[in-house]
Amino acid sequence: MDGFLLLAFLFLIAGVIAVPIASRLGLGSVLGYLLAGIAIAPILDLLHVDVVSIQHFAEFGVVMMLFLVGLELEPRMLWAMRDRLLGLGGLQVGVTAALIMGIAMLLGQSWSIALAIGLVFSLSSTAIVLQTLNEKGLMKSDGGQSSFAVLLSQDIAVIPMLAFIPLLALPELQEIAAATHAAADDGHASLSLVDRLNGWQRALVTVAAIAFVVIVGSYLTRPIFRFIAVARLRELFTATALLLVIAIALLMVVVGLSPALGTFLAGVVLANSEYRHELESNIDPFKGLLLGVFFITVGAAIEFDLLLNNLGEMLGLTFGLIALKALVLYGLGRVFRIGGADRWLFSLGLAQAGEFGFVLLSFSVASSVIPPALAERLLLVVALSMLLTPLLFIVYEKWITRLFAESQDREPDEIDETGKVIIAGHGRFGGIVNRILLSAGFKTVVLDYQSEQLDMLRAFGVKVFFGDAMRPDLLHAAGIEEARMLVIAIDDRESATELVHYVTESYPHVYIVARAVDRHHVYELWSAGCRDIIRDTFDSSVRAGRSALEALGVHPYDAERQVRGFVINDGKQMFALASSYDPDIPAHENEEYVRRTREYLDRQAEAMQGNAAAFATRLDRGWVPPTAEDVDAETSKASDDG
Amino acid sequence: MARLIVYFAHPGHKYSQVNCAMSRVAREVDGVTYVDLYGDYPRFDINVDIEQQRLLDHDVVLFQFPLFWYSTPSILKEWQDIVLEHGFAYGAGGDKLAGKTMMLAITAAGPEEAYSTGGYQRYPLREFLRPLEQTANLCSMRFPPPYVLYSALKAPSAGEVEPHVEGYERLLRSIRDDRYDWAVGDADTVHGYASLPIRKES
Repeated sequence: MDGFLLLAFLFLIAGVIAVPIASRLGLGSVLGYLLAGIAIAPILDLLHVDVVSIQHFAEFGVVMMLFLVGLELEPRMLWAMRDRLLGLGGLQVGVTAALIMGIAMLLGQSWSIALAIGLVFSLSSTAIVLQTLNEKGLMKSDGGQSSFAVLLSQDIAVIPMLAFIPLLALPELQEIAAATHAAADDGHASLSLVDRLNGWQRALVTVAAIAFVVIVGSYLTRPIFRFIAVARLRELFTATALLLVIAIALLMVVVGLSPALGTFLAGVVLANSEYRHELESNIDPFKGLLLGVFFITVGAAIEFDLLLNNLGEMLGLTFGLIALKALVLYGLGRVFRIGGADRWLFSLGLAQAGEFGFVLLSFSVASSVIPPALAERLLLVVALSMLLTPLLFIVYEKWITRLFAESQDREPDEIDETGKVIIAGHGRFGGIVNRILLSAGFKTVVLDYQSEQLDMLRAFGVKVFFGDAMRPDLLHAAGIEEARMLVIAIDDRESATELVHYVTESYPHVYIVARAVDRHHVYELWSAGCRDIIRDTFDSSVRAGRSALEALGVHPYDAERQVRGFVINDGKQMFALASSYDPDIPAHENEEYVRRTREYLDRQAEAMQGNAAAFATRLDRGWVPPTAEDVDAETSKASDDG
Repeated sequence: MARLIVYFAHPGHKYSQVNCAMSRVAREVDGVTYVDLYGDYPRFDINVDIEQQRLLDHDVVLFQFPLFWYSTPSILKEWQDIVLEHGFAYGAGGDKLAGKTMMLAITAAGPEEAYSTGGYQRYPLREFLRPLEQTANLCSMRFPPPYVLYSALKAPSAGEVEPHVEGYERLLRSIRDDRYDWAVGDADTVHGYASLPIRKES
């Protein structure tokens, strides 16, 4: 227990100190974590901490990340990416592996070792690249999308690689392995149920597992989440979300598939679910923390002795690897017509080796494909290349984007999320707002936390998400950063005011339309910073008044102008009172407020007694025919001027 | 029997003396369709389908309004803008109004002599009505001389309201009964209550 606390403290303090500094210096959080890892490496060493086993544990962060990526990606979008997944991704892995294999053979390695090295180095770091792209808001750009496609096909490619690498086993290494550790079974293999099955049985189990994930995701999650939602316990939802991800990962391990791929698939299946944002906001903190630990362990695992003793060789190999991978990527970018700065983002961003490299290397050693001494050096190259990645992103940001900003002649990136409106509360009020916005072609994200309501809406084909808009993380998951507008249509007045407060403070670019339950609530919302406030019964009351006037025989157009005048005057009064309202002073102690209210009430009384002038508006003005005198006056003025 | 529809447009009808009395007559004459545009569409959301059907169902369209800024009150302009659609009133296939008649019954505040080349309004009244005349022309509609009351604001004190309103009633009835002589007058003529070209009942 003490050891655990100490370890947790070490990791957390290193991250908490290093990441903000790195972010402030514009280096990004990934480099911050890596540096934190390097900093605490000596202490970990002293404590005899098994960094590699922590790393294996933290790799689960990558699994969660792919689940989250899947959530963002609807099946339709995945299908639209198929060319890039197969073509761009497949070629990247194939060409890079082949070139590296050739170079390794030139450097004197046997063909089987060279091939294994090629496969290991052909992969890039999903963790670093996706994290950085998201952080820098580059995910939606052409370069970001292409990078994502390649990373995804690499994750898929890992599966056949894991099956293929044991076939490259060297007889002499196998003998040593058999002699030394017959007992040391590989962790992955111990869980696997499919080892003893033959080819077609294995294929059958794999297909069944994937089908199981798709079916569970499509049909079972909704009733389960609805069941959980009824309990109205936040932590239960978090637990369920974690359970879902872990269960899928476990299933994938059991049938010998990549857990990252399995959870990604589950994410895609759930991308259309109303629980998507809730899942996102629940999993996201875990993912962030685990990835942080993962990056720290990468930093901590760098063996500086080995590096310093072979500085030239190691740096040469690392830079050579980065240059070669970048070159291949650049060439593919050309072939696949990724334009301008995006091609550079694509080439530099994916030029490192990745965390799957670690996995494949340890697997290769265990499968007697690569001798341990060589693997140690290769591990260092992988780690160094990952360490250098944030620097490559900085190169991209500082120089490449500037270079292309000057000669910008390409098409702007397709922005698929502009004008997004978040609607909090989809009851009688928010529902109408949503329908109007949708029919005008705007994209909306609707949040509501009454699951009975959600079921009904889904039956009518409305796209809504389960969740409490009061939670910052859920607002974040719903995309408040990129949203143009937030419509607050929730019933609870305090919550509405609080939400206005939070959003005007944290996201001043978001325009807020808020629903007020009464006049006082208007003032509260006003002082919270909202400037577009709609009283929820005001317009209907005005219409009822107009209907009454018409029924009493007032000409419809006169009735219309009468209530327009009323609305304008009421609005003016409201504005004047709102400016003098102070939430910190009780209304009855606020002298100016009391005075203005009294004035308003007087005027209202006057109007009710039929004194029409009190509500006179410019709408009563109109055409007055000119007389001969008017015309004479104008004519003489004109001749004076002339 | 000509099918006659009267479109009345006056935003401040409660201040109106002549037009109000005229519209009452129009509402009461049998066999005449009466539409109060500001009453039907107080929020200006004119229903194009209903209005086009109304036009199809009638032979004579009569607009009754006070002259505002040498033109129609705004709702009547809105009505023209959206009801007289391309393909309905004009243009390819836009022959639905061809052969029908568009007539105006207007009140003008200025005296008759003001609406002349030497008067303070500088032009004869018909010059200000050319846009409507050309609108009718484009729709292949007949545009007979309008029924006009000058000095409308002084009409009550001058005892002009009653004869003008009575003349309006005769006008509507005669159109309805096909006793109105469309051929009298030219592009510069206006009719007052004393000069309506109505044939005697046979």
